[in-house]
Amino acid sequence: MNLSNPTILASGIMDEDAESMKRVFDGGASAVVTKSIGLNPKEGYPNPTFVELEHGILNAMGLPNPGIKEFGEEIKKLKNLNIPVIGSIFGSNSHEFIELSEKMCSYGANALELNMSCPHAKGYGLEIGSDSKLVQEITSKVKKSSDIPVFVKLSSNLTDMVKIAKSAEKGNADAIVAINSVKAMKINLDMKMPVLANKIGGYSGSAIKPIGVRCVYDIAKNVDIPIIGVGGVMTGEDALEYVMAGASAVQIGTGIHYRGIDIFEKVRKEMEHWMKDHNYKTLSELIGAAHV
Amino acid sequence: MNSPQITEIIEVKTENEDIKTFMFEYPKEINPGQFFMIWIPGVDEIPMSVSHINKGIRGVTFRKVGEATNALFNLDVGDKIGIRGPYGTGFKINGEKILFVGGGTGVAMLAPAVEEAVAKNVLSTAIIGVKNSREIFFEDRLRKCGAKTYIATDDGSRGYNGFASDLAEELLYKEKFTSVLTCGPEIMMKKLFDICGTTPFQASLERYMKCGIGLCSQCCIGNGLRVCVEGPVFDEDALKNIEEFGTYKRDATGRKIRF
Repeated sequence: MNLSNPTILASGIMDEDAESMKRVFDGGASAVVTKSIGLNPKEGYPNPTFVELEHGILNAMGLPNPGIKEFGEEIKKLKNLNIPVIGSIFGSNSHEFIELSEKMCSYGANALELNMSCPHAKGYGLEIGSDSKLVQEITSKVKKSSDIPVFVKLSSNLTDMVKIAKSAEKGNADAIVAINSVKAMKINLDMKMPVLANKIGGYSGSAIKPIGVRCVYDIAKNVDIPIIGVGGVMTGEDALEYVMAGASAVQIGTGIHYRGIDIFEKVRKEMEHWMKDHNYKTLSELIGAAHV
Repeated sequence: MNSPQITEIIEVKTENEDIKTFMFEYPKEINPGQFFMIWIPGVDEIPMSVSHINKGIRGVTFRKVGEATNALFNLDVGDKIGIRGPYGTGFKINGEKILFVGGGTGVAMLAPAVEEAVAKNVLSTAIIGVKNSREIFFEDRLRKCGAKTYIATDDGSRGYNGFASDLAEELLYKEKFTSVLTCGPEIMMKKLFDICGTTPFQASLERYMKCGIGLCSQCCIGNGLRVCVEGPVFDEDALKNIEEFGTYKRDATGRKIRF
């Protein structure tokens, strides 16, 4: 997949409909990842599904989505606008993933992102993504049944993230996406209870950037496929940290709250400035530069 | 920070059989038309327009329609709720003469806008449109603040016999208004929008919301406009490009539901 710049919209933010994703594309993203889509419509958790913390955002949406059938319309609209779209899908087994990937391919998605990392959905996401055999099986089956690049999105909430990343590589994944939001909780003192209806959510934003950078660094040391870094990218310098850890591109989501929908363009320009100031012509010179 | 601030309900007013107003302390600046996310601990968190903007004391006025509002309805003075916001942009109040058209609970969020208009010496006319006379609320409040106030009931049990939009059409035919501001059922607002033609127009839209700060895209309409950030009040230039206006909304899953 060729990208016009290294910034991509992360799944779950401004990506429920084609028009929102177009707005993000116009804000400078080279490609957009859709909301994670399952086979059937899903309401997700009741509110509160969201709360802002000191250094980021905690959410437990619960994978709300209109189902793969209805979502086809949104992908097709993006294709008509020539916007590169990565279809994020979640399932509870390989059959579901295969069916979803076939639909995404038929709608014209440019690539697939397998959500094996949602930190707060029972039977999905991280519960799949912590089983290395399942990760390999699903990845290889989806790979065989689709003719577009397949990315596997992993969680940092694993005892051995490298092992899971290797499983994805063995399953012939084209890239690893790391990391998803990090399991966390916020308790309101006055009410003496967790704020989120689901109690546990996923933390995103600046606070998790060092966690993401470490994960990308460890994965890069152990796998040969490209890595897309996600987690707390707010500035060009943040993105370059991920690049030096081993990422070829970055995804941005929560940053929209802090820097606006055009954060993608801002980050790209900041990366270019830094590279110019330090006499780098191409990003590839910097990928994995921190591995000495 | 966008985290619920716990506040105690300090006053409860029963407006009619199904509608209550809660007052509480919440010191942030608020424009008429903005909304809060109200956390009912253990139940839900829902968007709710601000109906009272007094010094430091704010209020919300709501009808019991679902699980969350039923739970809220049963709360009393001293009970705690969480508030975050205010969110959205609110109404732009300017010109010489404004027609306010409120349908049902839409009157709640229009009331502070009417009060602000009167305070700015804008000639203000308000229509309270409800199904029947038992549902009327805020009539005294609007009259006392100095707005020329009309009642429209679907069944004719008080005031004008018919829809608020029909009465508005008659008023617009007789008088010249510099703008029309409305909040109510979307079908009514769409009808009013079509009636208004070239008269400047602002409508407050309602959509299912989750984050309230423009990230989750649950409430996006038109060309990626976030009802929680760019709205909930949209003017005629925005509305004419929003295909969903008066046509459909999305449910919690994101599926389109026709009005």
